[in-house]
Amino acid sequence: MRITPKLATLLVLAALVAITPFFFPSGYYYRVGALIFVNGIAVTGIVILTGYAGQISLGHAGFAGIGGYACALAPVHLGLHPALAVVLGAAVSALLAYLVGRPILRLKGYYLGVATLGFGILVSMVLNNERDLTRGPDGIDVPELGLRALLKDQGLNLTNGEFWYFFCGICLILGAWIALNLHDSPAGRALRALHGSEVAARTVGIDVARMKLSAFVISAVYASVSGSLLALQNKFITPDVAGFMHSIEMVTMAVLGGVGSVLGAILGAGILTLLPQVLTVFAEYEQMVLGLVMVLVMIFLREGLLPSILRRLRGRGE
Amino acid sequence: MSELLQFLFSGVTVGAVYALVALGFTIIYNASDVVNFAQGEFVMLGGMITWFAHAAGLPLPLAALSAIVVTAALGVAMNKLMIEPARGAPVVSLIIITIGASIFIQGAAQLVFDKQIHSFPAFSGDAPIRVGGATILPQSLWVIGGALVVFAGLWVFFTRTLLGRAVLATSNNRLAAQLVGINTNFVMALSFAVSAGIGALAGVLATPITLVAYNVGIGFALKGFAGAMLGGMGNPKGALVGGFAIGLIEALTAGYLSSQYKDAAAFVVILAVLFFMPQGLFGRKSADRV
Amino acid sequence: MTRTDKETLLAVEGLGIAFGGLKAVNDVSFEVKPGEVVSIIGPNGAGKTTLFNMISGVYRPGSGRVRLGGEDVTGMAPHLLARRGMSRTFQNLQIFQSITVLENAVTGYHLSERGPILADLLSLPSSRRRARAAETGARDLLARVGLERAAEREAGNLSYGSLKRLEIARALALDPKVLLLDEPAAGCNAVETEEIDHLIAEVAASGVAILLVEHDMKMVMRISNHIVVLDHGERIAEGDPAMVSRDPAVIAAYLGADAEGIHADG
Repeated sequence: MRITPKLATLLVLAALVAITPFFFPSGYYYRVGALIFVNGIAVTGIVILTGYAGQISLGHAGFAGIGGYACALAPVHLGLHPALAVVLGAAVSALLAYLVGRPILRLKGYYLGVATLGFGILVSMVLNNERDLTRGPDGIDVPELGLRALLKDQGLNLTNGEFWYFFCGICLILGAWIALNLHDSPAGRALRALHGSEVAARTVGIDVARMKLSAFVISAVYASVSGSLLALQNKFITPDVAGFMHSIEMVTMAVLGGVGSVLGAILGAGILTLLPQVLTVFAEYEQMVLGLVMVLVMIFLREGLLPSILRRLRGRGE
Repeated sequence: MSELLQFLFSGVTVGAVYALVALGFTIIYNASDVVNFAQGEFVMLGGMITWFAHAAGLPLPLAALSAIVVTAALGVAMNKLMIEPARGAPVVSLIIITIGASIFIQGAAQLVFDKQIHSFPAFSGDAPIRVGGATILPQSLWVIGGALVVFAGLWVFFTRTLLGRAVLATSNNRLAAQLVGINTNFVMALSFAVSAGIGALAGVLATPITLVAYNVGIGFALKGFAGAMLGGMGNPKGALVGGFAIGLIEALTAGYLSSQYKDAAAFVVILAVLFFMPQGLFGRKSADRV
Repeated sequence: MTRTDKETLLAVEGLGIAFGGLKAVNDVSFEVKPGEVVSIIGPNGAGKTTLFNMISGVYRPGSGRVRLGGEDVTGMAPHLLARRGMSRTFQNLQIFQSITVLENAVTGYHLSERGPILADLLSLPSSRRRARAAETGARDLLARVGLERAAEREAGNLSYGSLKRLEIARALALDPKVLLLDEPAAGCNAVETEEIDHLIAEVAASGVAILLVEHDMKMVMRISNHIVVLDHGERIAEGDPAMVSRDPAVIAAYLGADAEGIHADG
């Protein structure tokens, strides 16, 4: 069987998820790993939107906020199981992305950046201000997912850290699989085509506005699921998840690792999630580093880390 | 009635700040077609540096002047180090660069200054002036006057001076401008200096009323952009009118609807403009060249 | 066979557009029938590309009508025109630079390969089948334009002449009824030009209506059934190649008084 890039990416991811725990110095690292996977999911959505379709969003944390608060609110107010709350959050995010995206995505570049930025700020404003519902800036409790207990009944006894590590890892592999499927599919080709030239894309019959909207909606679902998983594993959520800085983090992670490559973007998520854990002084410099990474990568390494490294290796091989 | 007047006063005051930010956007956009998302950080720097220098013992006018000069220099540096190396990059890259610059400046301001909210004394005291049942602060007049003076200055610059026309020529066609002997690198540096200086001036004028902290920039950027867009991107008159309009809409939203959601007003305006008149009030139409 | 025998496929009626008060194209009319090559010629700045952009929906015409197979399609969005059988290439190349040559050609099959996006996301057999069919078709087309060996290369690395052919291949992938070619031979050497020449004749012979803008007068004279001459946005002459090349107004517009020049390289 031929190893396609898609299969290679999935194998690398699966190996990473399965093997790295053997090197964990303490149980704490399961949590760090799970965080990387959660961010990896959001960033995979950015790959679809920015890497494939060439559109930017500076407000995707808004969707993460919706996914997160769906898990906090739907079980309490609607009596939904938390797992269904994840689905509800994704559906609401998709619907909102569709409604907001329709007017926004007719526009190019800067307008899109500002409009999405405004959208993200609006969501975090609502989460902060509607105290009766969200309890405001202090955050709100999120119920237990319950899957771990279910597994325990089946004889699979995992610690909380282990469970979330593997659960988020599997979700990430699933998300990567879907994004990679899209890449080589007719729809993915259309997205990458309009990225290259909207005029040419139109002349071959691609409904550019509709395809952009599809990418926006799909990536919103990724962000939403990522927010849900974060809320469920922390059993707590604050409006920060929808904040402007979280949107910027998503973009920076993707851009650093390589926004055109699923594996690259996940690598970017890994680096920027790990950094503050390893360097405790980093917290103080976090914003500066994020900003600097954005600027430097765009000037010197426009494809991002992983594609640049691969290109260099390939260049040497020939 | 006096209530409405009061809202209008506060709207015009904050609108003047947005107008200054919008003018800053306009200058850089006209010279390079770049929308500089770090524009709001210049406002923050103007306020923070003035406060810092004043606290260190400098008299207020001197502190303000140094803030404007330092910020203008930072603007030039930003152009040289971040924008120039990325010339010809796709718009998405430029957005990421200028947003990155904005985040970087915020992060640096946290370290160099602090995370507190600051203010310094108003220029002409705090005694409110009574007008028709409402009051207006003397500092508001400074802000409004500042916006009008800057606008007038820019108008003269762009229409009456050779250098100003060179800037416009550079935006129309960079290569052609170079061919007729315009130093486009100088024009770019100048645009960033002027734009950053105007941003800093806005920060200096507004801080006694709106206060300043390391993270206020992004809000100013969003609202200034909304103003520039409402007026029509690249049009100084549009930037002025648009900036004031955003301020008024925001103040009326705060007064009659909800003060918590006044910041949403700018976003709603952006969406409405995008929907109904993408060219803005004074914008010109443009077609893709194929 | 005379021009009047067949049903008109593309009809342009009194088309015009102005940019900032300046009339770029004014009151231009002509018709294209299946299997015909109609060429638009004229000096630089005569409004040829602008005319193309109006017909293909990139610009909305200020006045006049465009009919495709009898249907009024004036100002219709390009992707909807593509669904009605119109396809085009660009003077200044609109190639998807960062993807492979094969994928560029495959995008031409968008209308036949697209399907429910959910099937694409989950890589269902139906999605893979659609993608495979498009790839097979695209490889055949690349072979037809002589690019089969470059299929896996990144399009941005190709020579100008190859990119021109790639664009034609992509346009043909739509299986168009009307094909608009904007300077397909520009920047190509003599051999490449002749290849493109043959390709156009072949496509026309299969019943496609071809509208051509081209500066290579030898090529235009050789393959056109009908020529429309523009100058300053106005139609100054039309007719078969022999007629047009003798027309005094055309000669004056083009070259001053030199009548032979129009047969030269243009």
